[in-house]
Amino acid sequence: MNNKDYLKDISEIKNLMNKSSRFISLSGLSGILAGVYALIGAAAAYYIVTNSYSTDLLLDDTIFKICVAILAGVASLSIITGIYLTTRKAKKTGEKIWDISSKRLLFNFLIPLLVGGLYILIILNQARYGHTAALMLIFYGLALVSASKYSIGDIKYLGYTEIILGLICALMPSFGFYFWVLGFGVMHIIYGTIMHLKYDTK
Amino acid sequence: MSIITNINKLFDHRIRLGIMSILMVNEYADFNMLKELLGATDGNLASHTKGLEKAEYIKIEKQFIGKKPNTRYSTTPLGKAEFKKHINALEKLIHKT
Repeated sequence: MNNKDYLKDISEIKNLMNKSSRFISLSGLSGILAGVYALIGAAAAYYIVTNSYSTDLLLDDTIFKICVAILAGVASLSIITGIYLTTRKAKKTGEKIWDISSKRLLFNFLIPLLVGGLYILIILNQARYGHTAALMLIFYGLALVSASKYSIGDIKYLGYTEIILGLICALMPSFGFYFWVLGFGVMHIIYGTIMHLKYDTK
Repeated sequence: MSIITNINKLFDHRIRLGIMSILMVNEYADFNMLKELLGATDGNLASHTKGLEKAEYIKIEKQFIGKKPNTRYSTTPLGKAEFKKHINALEKLIHKT
């Protein structure tokens, strides 16, 4: 065997290791769209809250419910878009959408996310609203870092960014809204664009 | 030369090298997963896994999932160590020339 064959061996090894352990068909475009939805949702919530007679979000029950509904809408739209675009990309690249690697990815993503989600629901029920944005950012960031081992490694950087934003946000909870917009809106668009240019357009 | 001796003859085949690569990063893999990833035929894959098992580089576990027989493959500590040696030797060879 000559040198060229050994090089081929190494690249084959790398390729198989990646293919067998990582689900790489995540679409960058879905990240961009998730960011856009978040910005639209945040703008809508901001408009509703500032135009209501009460300036205090916490005491006004209907306004609070509308904001939760907007949040749920943004989340489900993002998930639907993500599933649709990822399925489309997986078809193109010939990767299976539901195999061991995608299951493992989902599992590792959902553990921190569900724990965080439940925790936030619990403290909301105890009427402690102040840290909601920080906790959402932190747990979402942890979910991304945990998932990055089973997908495109680059998403861990988005995870780190969200965690750092979340921690800073926890220091100044009154700016929670703006950190949320930055983390879920702006950062998704920035990272989505980078991922789109790096992986989708190949 | 010591580098050459570290090149493991057993890994000097695309399928066997592939099996080891997959098992290095996964706790285990079943027959179909290996088959799909490597694009090998049943008989071909079976003979190569047997070869690796004989050298005690991989472990083969047969079990049933419901009524379906399922064969699971995983690396042994020996297999892992030998594969690492092999990769290091490959890298040295490439950097040398």
